[in-house]
Amino acid sequence: MTRRPILLAMLDGKGAIFLGVLAALAVLVPLSNLFLPETSPLHVPTYAVSLLGKYLSYALLALALDLVWGYCGILSLGHGAFFALGGYAMGMYLMRQIGPRGVYGHPVLPDFMVFLNWQELPWYWSGFDIFPFAALMVLAVPGLLALVFGWLAFRSRVTGVYLSIITQAMTFALMLAFFRNDMGLGGNNGLTDFKDILGFSVQAQGTRLALFVATVIALALGYGVARYMVTSTYGKVLIAIRDAESRTRFLGYRVEHYKLVAFTVSAMMAGVAGALYVPQVGIINPSEFSPANSIEAVVWVAVGGRGTLVGAALGAVVVNMAKSWLTGALPELWLFALGALFIVVTLYLPKGIVGTLAERREKRKATATAKTAGIAAEAAE
Amino acid sequence: MSRLLCLILALACGLFAAPVCAAPADTGDALLLIASGRFPDIEKGVALLARSGDARTQAIIEALRDGRLAVAADKRVVIEGANGSWSEAATGEALAEAPPSPKAVRLNNRIRRAVEAALGALTLMAPDAAARRQAAEAVFRSRDATALATLDEAIAREEVAGIRRLMGEARAAILLGDAGASDLQKIEAVDILATRADQDALALLRAAAAQGSPTVREAAEGAITAVERRLAVLSMLQNVWYGLSLGSVLLLAAIGLAITFGVMGIINMAHGEMVMIGAYTTFVIQELARTHAPGLFDWTLPLAIPMAFLVAALVGVAIERGIIRHLYGRPLETLLATWGVSLILQQTVRSLFGPTNREVGAPSYMAGAFDLGGLTITYGRLWIIVFSFAVFSALIVALKATSFGLKIRAVTQNRRMAASMGIRTSWVDTMAFALGSGIAGVAGVALSQIDNVSPNLGQSYIVDSFMVVVFGGVGNLWGTLVSALTLGIANKFLEPFAGAVLGKILLLVFLILFIQKRPRGLFALRGRAVEA
Repeated sequence: MTRRPILLAMLDGKGAIFLGVLAALAVLVPLSNLFLPETSPLHVPTYAVSLLGKYLSYALLALALDLVWGYCGILSLGHGAFFALGGYAMGMYLMRQIGPRGVYGHPVLPDFMVFLNWQELPWYWSGFDIFPFAALMVLAVPGLLALVFGWLAFRSRVTGVYLSIITQAMTFALMLAFFRNDMGLGGNNGLTDFKDILGFSVQAQGTRLALFVATVIALALGYGVARYMVTSTYGKVLIAIRDAESRTRFLGYRVEHYKLVAFTVSAMMAGVAGALYVPQVGIINPSEFSPANSIEAVVWVAVGGRGTLVGAALGAVVVNMAKSWLTGALPELWLFALGALFIVVTLYLPKGIVGTLAERREKRKATATAKTAGIAAEAAE
Repeated sequence: MSRLLCLILALACGLFAAPVCAAPADTGDALLLIASGRFPDIEKGVALLARSGDARTQAIIEALRDGRLAVAADKRVVIEGANGSWSEAATGEALAEAPPSPKAVRLNNRIRRAVEAALGALTLMAPDAAARRQAAEAVFRSRDATALATLDEAIAREEVAGIRRLMGEARAAILLGDAGASDLQKIEAVDILATRADQDALALLRAAAAQGSPTVREAAEGAITAVERRLAVLSMLQNVWYGLSLGSVLLLAAIGLAITFGVMGIINMAHGEMVMIGAYTTFVIQELARTHAPGLFDWTLPLAIPMAFLVAALVGVAIERGIIRHLYGRPLETLLATWGVSLILQQTVRSLFGPTNREVGAPSYMAGAFDLGGLTITYGRLWIIVFSFAVFSALIVALKATSFGLKIRAVTQNRRMAASMGIRTSWVDTMAFALGSGIAGVAGVALSQIDNVSPNLGQSYIVDSFMVVVFGGVGNLWGTLVSALTLGIANKFLEPFAGAVLGKILLLVFLILFIQKRPRGLFALRGRAVEA
């Protein structure tokens, strides 16, 4: 069997459509925002650009979650924690950029520290005024946490539901920790009131467009990385672990190493998603750590279709659009709808939207080939 | 009322001729002194009044303090009451018409002090035991040396042992700070305070150790170590008690989960909502009792227990039949679907009862506290501990000694074998899930007494409950008991060092690490069931 070039192997039909849509978004949305008149029905207002950017950063989070859940069978109920940690790293950079323009006008300390009578910046805040360092931390902090947590958990073979429960406990503990004022990260209120990113005002139209495009690119790159991982030999082992962990182990694979790589990469992707989310939303606070958020991300993946990557991203965007619309129009109904979504998807749509569509196409193809085979057989007679 | 009291006192005087009520003459003299208008005489008058023991004394001195005591032009001493009425100071009789040109008795700081001391000392001999107790405590805190004489007299007359001891402690506190007291008296005082053994006594002893003569200092230092040791033991006991109380709350919240998750292996994320439903059932029953039968209020909790069990169990049956049944063998999907159920239940309750906290009242037997060797024990906590142990025992009995329990255990150990023996496994599943849910509902009745009854009630317990069950070992009710109590007590012991939130975080981190070490919990099941 000859191996196809890796890039071709990565790019199946769904992937091509997905990347095509992303490319179109990256070009058309800024063009429409900048050049179409506001009266035009195709004009995308700036607030909508940020909203779309928010959905796409959620999509990246869903993609990260699908990598571990869909391909490795690790149902993480704590991915919101990695997302929020990335967000906090970015938020700290943005806080340092405020400089003396805070309400209290202190040259170094953020407002909440002045308010709490802190005398100097805690050590863990140092370096966050430099963007490359902050960007590194966006990857390093969630990555390191996932590495340590995953190493401990996978080594002792905590699997399935138990792993889900302790990831939930992890994000719960982090939420409690970040709610504390002593943590030096803004306590209840979190980090907000951002001014600049890389010298550009976060409120400006141009910055918002740039952030949106950056999110699209990050999502495309994230898709590339995830797709590369799951189509490589490594990915085959990952899927084998998902389907029969013990058997894979007995075949001589170090299961925990494979899982650890996937978990850590996924956490870093979630961190990037959080970092892109924060400047577009303008705030990061401890409620991002709440277990409910993480589990909501799981339903995005389930709706779109686990183990499809594209489906996860699609699910995140669809569910969040529905959420924005419902919480605006019928706020009472949103939790009913979300709850029903959880139930309906698990009971009737276990493969999600994309998975179900793919299955149907396969079936049609199978009947078609069967038909042609039948005709050929008849002709041969 | 006060006149009746006066009559009784007067009778008592007549019978015993005790100095208590040798009063009226003294009161008259004192009032004359007060009416004189000269500060030193007024002060003497106050002191005389305080010693008189007359039942009117308190009213007169209070009026003096509040500036309501006045001297009329005809030298009568009168008291101004509310809305401009007047009464005779000596007798308390109301005056039909206002006295001629009354002038309020003036005070200076010396007199004010004397008034305060007199009032404090006065209540030391009040007929009401609670008032005497309070007065003794007030004297203990103020350590006013002028009260010493009254205190001695009060001690001599006190008949309630507890109050006499308190007075003795107050006396010791005064003597210890009094420069005039002899060393012998002080050492005696140190001994008395050492038996009191609380923070106040400790502060007094420390002060004495810092300044007294060498012998007093030595005695005080000895007493300080004794008191500190006792306090340490006491605070440890208090922590254990609070820990037990928290542990029993955890036990209540987790025990239903120990059935559904621990025994049946179902991840029920809506477990917290079953607790919430139980709490709201209690609320509804109390509301009904309030509007229809206020007399039954104390019975609402015993009534709520079976009702909450029924309501939560019915919801449990619906969930099991409608959803979980279709997801057996797919634990992660069960987790997601039941999370969806929990969201729907929360929003339903929010739509029905509103998003705010609902008030669930405490019946009379849940209120109050009593003292047990220095430990303050509230009835509410006591009842919850008793209740959670009762629920636990009932559950153990149900599982170990009934045929239904036998069937549950058979099905969870070997489903196919149980089915071959003629057990309707699907029926057992439903009933076991209903049992777990019902118990969660019963927990809600208890939690409604100590937590806010809001749609989010369940959310705050879900992580904790799972932690308790996993820590204790899945499939093991005794493990759940040990784990709930351990976690509760550990939490309370961490709190003083780390603060409430950090203590909880530390505990969660510990649990996460513990699960790495022993993924199957403290008391893991052994044998084939583990692989299932």
